[in-house]
Amino acid sequence: MTTGGIVIMILSVGTVTTLFGWCIWKVLTTPSETEKVHGPGLQHTPDMDNKE
Amino acid sequence: MSSHTGKHESWGSRLGVIMAVAGSAVGLGNFLRFPGQAAQYGGGAFMLAYAISFLIIGLPIGWAEWTMGRAMGQRGLHSAPGMFAHVTRVSWGKYLGIMGIIIPVVIYMYYVGIESWCLGYAVNFLRGGLHLGTAADSGAYFSSFVGMGEDGGAMRFSPDSMLPWLLVVFVVNFFFIYRGITKGIETVCNWGMPALVILAGIVLVRVLTLGTPDPAQPDNNVSNGLGYMWNPAKVVVERLDGGTWKTERQVVGDPMIARAKSEIAGDATRRVREISVLEQLMRPQVWLAAAGQIFFSLSVGFGVILCYASYLKARDDVVLSGLSASSANEFCEVGLGGLITLPAGVAFLGLAGVAGQGTFGLGFNVLPLVFNKMPAGWLFGAFFFFMLFLAAVTSSLSMLQPGIAFLEEALGVGRKASVAILGAITAFGTGFIAWFSKDLKALDTLDFWIGTFLIFVLATVQIIVFGWVWGTDRGFREMQHGAAVRVPGIFRIIIKFVCPVFLLFVFVMWVVVNVFGINLAGGAAEVSSYVKDLFVKPDKIAWLSVSFVVVFAIFLALLIARARVYRHSEFNRE
Repeated sequence: MTTGGIVIMILSVGTVTTLFGWCIWKVLTTPSETEKVHGPGLQHTPDMDNKE
Repeated sequence: MSSHTGKHESWGSRLGVIMAVAGSAVGLGNFLRFPGQAAQYGGGAFMLAYAISFLIIGLPIGWAEWTMGRAMGQRGLHSAPGMFAHVTRVSWGKYLGIMGIIIPVVIYMYYVGIESWCLGYAVNFLRGGLHLGTAADSGAYFSSFVGMGEDGGAMRFSPDSMLPWLLVVFVVNFFFIYRGITKGIETVCNWGMPALVILAGIVLVRVLTLGTPDPAQPDNNVSNGLGYMWNPAKVVVERLDGGTWKTERQVVGDPMIARAKSEIAGDATRRVREISVLEQLMRPQVWLAAAGQIFFSLSVGFGVILCYASYLKARDDVVLSGLSASSANEFCEVGLGGLITLPAGVAFLGLAGVAGQGTFGLGFNVLPLVFNKMPAGWLFGAFFFFMLFLAAVTSSLSMLQPGIAFLEEALGVGRKASVAILGAITAFGTGFIAWFSKDLKALDTLDFWIGTFLIFVLATVQIIVFGWVWGTDRGFREMQHGAAVRVPGIFRIIIKFVCPVFLLFVFVMWVVVNVFGINLAGGAAEVSSYVKDLFVKPDKIAWLSVSFVVVFAIFLALLIARARVYRHSEFNRE
């Protein structure tokens, strides 16, 4: 295996491994948009109108 | 129109859908086809063309499919006929969607057979039942296992024949598809994909630590195997033939190159030559091979991503999910497949043993021999073929879902009925292909016309519909909706102009080379054997195979025509 071969191999394998690792990390750490939409928010209740 | 089917299935988690799409993409091609293509077309040069193809074909078409699929799913449409009818807004648009059903269902019919070979080889390795001493033994075993000698040759109830394994994998597939999106497909992929990566990791460590297994043959080593795969400049021995230099063989490593030079010394008709990266990139074949590999590897144009994405919720991300599924596929292909198959083959059989082998030759003739020669090869052989089986089963499940979704929509039936109908259709098709096994003619014919030609057509239609009919503005708005990461603006231009043009170029070149048989490297043109089988010297099995697909297409067209859900007025009612 030549030096060029080693460089190409490390670049190729390194790039796809890094991209895959980043994607998995991003997926696991980003809250789902669906959860945001349906998540508990501040509800407007009648007692709020009576607060002074 | 809120929902056409009434019952709305959806994915259990974002990771689940990513695993499912990645599972659909990761298949035998990652471990068997990719290494052969990369080595044949020049390692470094191939990888450059491959990376560019990934950016301008793989990612954009994938994102387009994810986006259209999710948008159509919100309208209760889960299969291609309804999706195309809705997007094109023309009455014949729904018939374009026939391709989105035919492709996965017909590919399933032969793919499940290949899946059964993987399971059969895995279990037979584990039983210690594979003792293949020579390449001739290995070839004869494979031929007998799949029945290449005569039609019906594999229809034996023996562990050394595909029939029992075919029955097992057929039932397994339908068991999980019947359980549905979450309990079936998602569960299999959530377990199967990590298991596949672990098994591949174990085999990878074994292969990379092989060194030089036989000191009497120092050229046969892992380093030369990696060099054969990854070296950017290729060194070849060429022979002068009729005024042109033709490649005789490739040589890797200083000792082998030195021997080749001394061998040809004084012979004016032979020479040793280094082919640079630039020279390789100037060859259209390299681009065609790289684009083709990206295209088929990522499962774009199958109609599967459209279907899977239709079970997402309205604000579920498609951009990061599409990128993640594609990167998982690339990791398995480049990071695992690129380091296992050829180094193992070269370490035991040398360059001559692996050069020029196709997907089946490498997987079922060369590698079983390699595992036979390897210490504890029965275990690593079982791991490797079980890993291929997992890769295949996650793919075959994905090929069934578009058919299930279509039958549920078109006939208005539940999952039980649609699974039963599709089970009957695919059992007939699979039986047809398994029976007509002589020279694998039925499988080969269908793989060419449906598994290659029609996929190109569907992918081209999809990207034109997304970029030009739907429009990139609407498409991009839809794509960015709920996205966890932003898509760079350059992809607007890529999707609208670059991708369709590049895809059409690759398709035309593919037809020129593979249908009309024109040799891009020069030399006489000879029409492809697939065309000959149909029109020049008609072959009964080839004609029966194509006729079967035509009848199936007519059946689908009739179902679409009578289905109220696909009537044009239904879409205008929104």
